[in-house]
Amino acid sequence: MKTLIKNGRLIDPANNRDGLYDILIEKKKVLAVEEKGKLSETEENASEVIDAEGLVVAPGFIDMHVHFREPGFEYKETIETGCQSAAAGGFTSVAVMPNTDPVNDSRSVTEYMLRQAKAKGVVNVYAIGAITQGLKGERLSEMGDLKEAGVVAYSDDGRPVMNNELMRRAFEYSKMFGLPCIQHSEMLDLTEGGCMNEGHVSTELGLKGMPTEAEDIMVYRDIALLTKTGGRLHVAHISSGGAVELVRLAKAKGLPVTCEVAPHHFALTDEAVRGYDTNTKMSPPLRTQTDIDAIKEGLRDDTIDIIATDHAPHDVADKQVEFNHACFGIVGLETALPLTLGLVEEKVLTLAKAVEKLTSKPAQLFQLDRGALGVGDVADIVLFDPNAEYSIDVKKFKSRSKNSPFDGWKVKGKVMRTLVSGKTVYSASSD
Amino acid sequence: MTLSVKHILGTQGLSREDIETILDTADSFKEISTRPIKKVPTLRGRTVINLFFEPSTRTRTSFEIAGKRLSADVINISGSTSSAVKGENLIDSARNLEAMNPDILVVRHESSGAPALLTQFVNCPIINAGDGAHEHPTQALLDLMTIREKKGSLAGLKVAIVGDIMHSRVCRSNIHAMQTLGMQVTVVGPPTMIPVEISRMGVKVSYNLEESIRDVDVIMMLRVQLERQNQFHLATLREYSNLFCLTSERLKKARQDVLIVHPGPVNRGIEIALDVMEGPRSVILNQVTNGVAVRMALMYLLLGGSDEDLN
Repeated sequence: MKTLIKNGRLIDPANNRDGLYDILIEKKKVLAVEEKGKLSETEENASEVIDAEGLVVAPGFIDMHVHFREPGFEYKETIETGCQSAAAGGFTSVAVMPNTDPVNDSRSVTEYMLRQAKAKGVVNVYAIGAITQGLKGERLSEMGDLKEAGVVAYSDDGRPVMNNELMRRAFEYSKMFGLPCIQHSEMLDLTEGGCMNEGHVSTELGLKGMPTEAEDIMVYRDIALLTKTGGRLHVAHISSGGAVELVRLAKAKGLPVTCEVAPHHFALTDEAVRGYDTNTKMSPPLRTQTDIDAIKEGLRDDTIDIIATDHAPHDVADKQVEFNHACFGIVGLETALPLTLGLVEEKVLTLAKAVEKLTSKPAQLFQLDRGALGVGDVADIVLFDPNAEYSIDVKKFKSRSKNSPFDGWKVKGKVMRTLVSGKTVYSASSD
Repeated sequence: MTLSVKHILGTQGLSREDIETILDTADSFKEISTRPIKKVPTLRGRTVINLFFEPSTRTRTSFEIAGKRLSADVINISGSTSSAVKGENLIDSARNLEAMNPDILVVRHESSGAPALLTQFVNCPIINAGDGAHEHPTQALLDLMTIREKKGSLAGLKVAIVGDIMHSRVCRSNIHAMQTLGMQVTVVGPPTMIPVEISRMGVKVSYNLEESIRDVDVIMMLRVQLERQNQFHLATLREYSNLFCLTSERLKKARQDVLIVHPGPVNRGIEIALDVMEGPRSVILNQVTNGVAVRMALMYLLLGGSDEDLN
């Protein structure tokens, strides 16, 4: 049984392809890629023909930063609903953060997550294990056992590893297993009680601010530690211009430091918090235009390696409260493509570069066997229309939670079809 | 007479016309409180609910008296007696009250933005009686009423607001309203109590009390909100007082006709000396009197402000 995707514009950064190509898929893998109309096998031999005329065909997106809330907070999201949300957003692989209940700090929880994913998830799920036991920041987790169970990185995301010595040891210890530490960079003593960026907007709104220095200081600390220890640092959801500059300097020195940015951190500023919409509350918080300009420069010069959503589903009950009491975070999987294409529209990134930061680059950083569409690669594929215009409607989200500040936004760029291992797991036409 | 807004959530965004309408109406209502029978039938049959999630004596009482002098039925619900302690959240509480058809909801809450949140769930007008460190519009309006009474007009006046600017909703409400009315504001205090980028609200910033009061028409002393400080904002109260207490000695540097206002309650001897507080330039008690008139005016205007006989 073969599937043919024809007439599309293939963007496959890993293989340096950007042009009109046809792709033939068999047995979950790419069987052949040829220029449009030149495949030796004809349509009659394919059991399924997908006409991608006018569409971009790319490796399925990879999101290295999602919260699927299972186990523990299934009322917000489950691995099943999270995967559906991913598929609808064009993502074929996601990495789930360990701040579940129980925390993913042990083999058994990792195995549970991966088992659930296999049974109920329509996309590939990778697990990220905790750096410290129970995310408590007191003792290292069993990183070796976690790796054997399948984790691809370590993180205490949701909170930072505050203790300096512990973080030093985490870099050293993780080095033994060859996996990166992902840091949620936030000096908690500078952000205590804070619920938005510190600046003139927080001053006017009378909300306690979270200064960018809280992020900058920890990024600097980690770079300083890593310089001695070795190991690998991946900075999660970078949001401050200062932190982007620190990563740039570290890279220039040849240090193994990488980082990601979430779409909301280049799409919105703290001005969005006026009106106290709790869907504008996230950690790190929405920053200023100056920070956004620095982030765009960082994307342009590859200081910022990848785009990751920090998909953080929360139930209405967790959000429909006073601003300072609301949970941090927004869902991101189903809005990532149009927001990222906004960068292409603004000429911050080329379309190929944007695709790279959603596909081959994360695959490379986290050593995933995904993100490319050469012959023999797994047929994880997204088809999207970069020009389709529509309004974002949170009610249509596949995610169990609808906490997004982008509801009603008029955007461009729509996922038309998502295939995992050659099988269609999302189709806009049957949506 | 009506206002262009449905709710009074803050002075930010209130037009000059709205502010003047409120102050003029308050002026005309003030006389009612001096009568032997301090009651007019204007809001008879109307229900005003004071929903206070934070302790308050002065403001709650002022709203209650204002409502009663207009013949409204006033119900007080405080944080300790409300369902807040049972875990019923703010929105559920408001929805339940809404189901009993109040005409005005007066809300005080420790969270900035809480009254704005409630406007999505209730139909009646909401008056913000103080939300977190955000706004306290009725306090600013009564301050302005008092200043206007004493100074004749407001445009062009220079004001120094002194003290814990960071935690002060009174300060923010005054800044917005004073800017709208063409007054010039300087905020004064230690840098640890001045929030970042406040100059973008159009005010000057000073760390020196004596210099900053030299040429102003009004000095507004703010209470040091001892309950909201963490240990890093202040060295000691003694040093705060040394640097920022308005004493008669310091007052000699100010103009003869300077007015001293304070939103209360006062930490005597910390931000203001007792003799200054009780001295001739202090209008602190006039503010309290005017508070009732301003709140009467707001209730009246929000409920339509029909020109019926106030007698």
